[in-house]
Amino acid sequence: MAGLAATLGSGAMTNSVGEFEDCEVFLVTGSNTTEQHPLIGSRIINAVKNKGATLILVDPRKIQLSKHAKYHLSPRCGTDVAWLNGMMNVIIKEGIEDKEFIQNFTEGYEELKKAVEKYTPEYVEKITGIPAGQLAEAARAFARSKKSSILYCMGITQHTTGVDNVKSCANLAMLTGNIGKPSTGVNPLRGQNNVQGACDMGGLPNVYCGYQKVTDPKAKEKFENAWNVTGLPDNVGVTVTAVPNLAAEGKIKALYVLGENPMVSDPNIEHVRKGLESLDFLVVQDIFLTETAQLADVVLPGASYAEKDGTFTNTERRVQRIRKAVAPPGEAKQDWEIIAEISKLCGYDMSYKSAEEIFDELAFVTPSYHGMDYSRLDKDFGLHWPCPTKDHPGTPYLHKDGKFARGKGLFTGIDFKEAAELPDDEYPFTLTTGRTYFHYHTRTLTKRSSALEREVPECYVELNPEDAKKHLIRSGQNVKVTSRRGSLDAKAIVTDIVKTGTIFIPFHFAEQAVNNLTIDALDPVAKIPEYKVCAVKIGGGN
Amino acid sequence: MSSEKQILSTCIYCGCGCGFYFKVKDGRINGVVPSKNHPINKGSLCIKGWNASEFVHHPDRLTEPLIKENGKFRKASWKEALSLTVKKLKEHKEKSGPDSLAFFASAKCSNEENYLFMKLARAVFKTNNVDHCARL
Repeated sequence: MAGLAATLGSGAMTNSVGEFEDCEVFLVTGSNTTEQHPLIGSRIINAVKNKGATLILVDPRKIQLSKHAKYHLSPRCGTDVAWLNGMMNVIIKEGIEDKEFIQNFTEGYEELKKAVEKYTPEYVEKITGIPAGQLAEAARAFARSKKSSILYCMGITQHTTGVDNVKSCANLAMLTGNIGKPSTGVNPLRGQNNVQGACDMGGLPNVYCGYQKVTDPKAKEKFENAWNVTGLPDNVGVTVTAVPNLAAEGKIKALYVLGENPMVSDPNIEHVRKGLESLDFLVVQDIFLTETAQLADVVLPGASYAEKDGTFTNTERRVQRIRKAVAPPGEAKQDWEIIAEISKLCGYDMSYKSAEEIFDELAFVTPSYHGMDYSRLDKDFGLHWPCPTKDHPGTPYLHKDGKFARGKGLFTGIDFKEAAELPDDEYPFTLTTGRTYFHYHTRTLTKRSSALEREVPECYVELNPEDAKKHLIRSGQNVKVTSRRGSLDAKAIVTDIVKTGTIFIPFHFAEQAVNNLTIDALDPVAKIPEYKVCAVKIGGGN
Repeated sequence: MSSEKQILSTCIYCGCGCGFYFKVKDGRINGVVPSKNHPINKGSLCIKGWNASEFVHHPDRLTEPLIKENGKFRKASWKEALSLTVKKLKEHKEKSGPDSLAFFASAKCSNEENYLFMKLARAVFKTNNVDHCARL
């Protein structure tokens, strides 16, 4: 999100899901769309099958979408800047960039041009393994359509070069004029149901709701007035991934966790455990006793989404209602009530009668939600932000007519950098992690759904047939995978979904947690961990 | 026996945000029905969506506050659990400063809850140490 905010001025999907139906070219990269966003995946397949759209898939694994792709480019893990620069090199050399768009709506083009000059398809082939001819053809296909859309997910962002990767995607969209129009854009598919909303609401260390910066004196004054307090802090806070270290150093003493499970989702879990254990006080508010809640001093039982009124904001910025269908079990309470009671006990009165009353307050202080209320959201199926006034219809796609939120779109010349930990003689394989169709994130919810758990009840390791043969490993046999940080035993699945030298393991399983192995190297700006590349070795399992 | 009601909601799993109805009877949810007119899912659901209600009534659900004593959890009253929480958070804020506290918001919770949670961290405890799993 930091990458998009810097180049375009707004860190969110630029276009909406319905527009995918009319795309002519899709560039899907680092997103296993049919498994992770199934109803978006099926739209892509429909557009390809029934409307003749072209799919360019850039993914190191032979995922389901590869069957529908005209071009499946399979790069070495962690080389995204290189192939993106390579595409732009081809486009500029052949003069098929959108000169008018670049001239009118962007800045920094000369810097980009200079930066991509050396990334000829042949040079890129050496770095990425993508055949030069294929890369050039895919680049031409993308540039020649005015309805080309880039879709990406964690395969682009979860790298030490995550922000560089995102900026490179934005470069490509601007270079070809594929932004600010229907069925185009740079579209990060957001993972969690309300990750967009949690960001919009200021669940981030540097901004209040609506991305109003905590360091901006005007924003500080606005919120001091709105909340009737003085002395709001104006220093940027710390990120989730920094907390374990700070806790271990004794700088963070107490942590309040609302419905998150860092003991499965964070990199280098042993390190996270040590951090959380060195806290003086941990309070966890959740609906199940998660791996993180088990470490808590106090556990507060909250309500599930079926037991509450409220709103979620989906990946395309659509704010939609959830509605209370049943009562929470036992003494469990509405999460907003628990937060309000804690506040009241601290001497700051939060007296709300309903979720709706909270929404009215947040809409008042959040410019992009300003025109929304429950009666408007109830009418259809929600509204896309920005929706600044009561008569505004919402905004399905951003940056209309090249009017970027930051003024002009900013090209950034970016050089390729290798991942933090590459395979070597001792750890010869590249481990990349991800998800499956049947489970969600840390599996807290899906392991308690019998049909989902039945299909994929345990962790597995995808291994290429050539590598399996070399190491005398058969499908179904246990294999031990070890990195410099930890190891796990799981069943091998021998498959050409992964290429030689690469291993894939899903991260859902606390019992066989691949995040014991992953590296806690972070992108310097976004602080996102490099889940998609680390070095491992394999051996026969127990 | 009451008759079955259908209550429109939004799926809890991925960022697609598909719309479905909970089938509710006698205070229990008996599955979901996809919304036909919803602009994202248009009458379809994925396997997770079809199964997005079973965990709601799961016996593992937390039903009362817990406090850990000598390494083991015991049941506690709301009053006890909340006073202990407030006492500890205030104590560290006063002794070691606001930034000795951290708050993890949630990509699974609602906008209203996340708004209130960051308001609690900033307005009450005076720290910007608020973040969530967006990067994970």
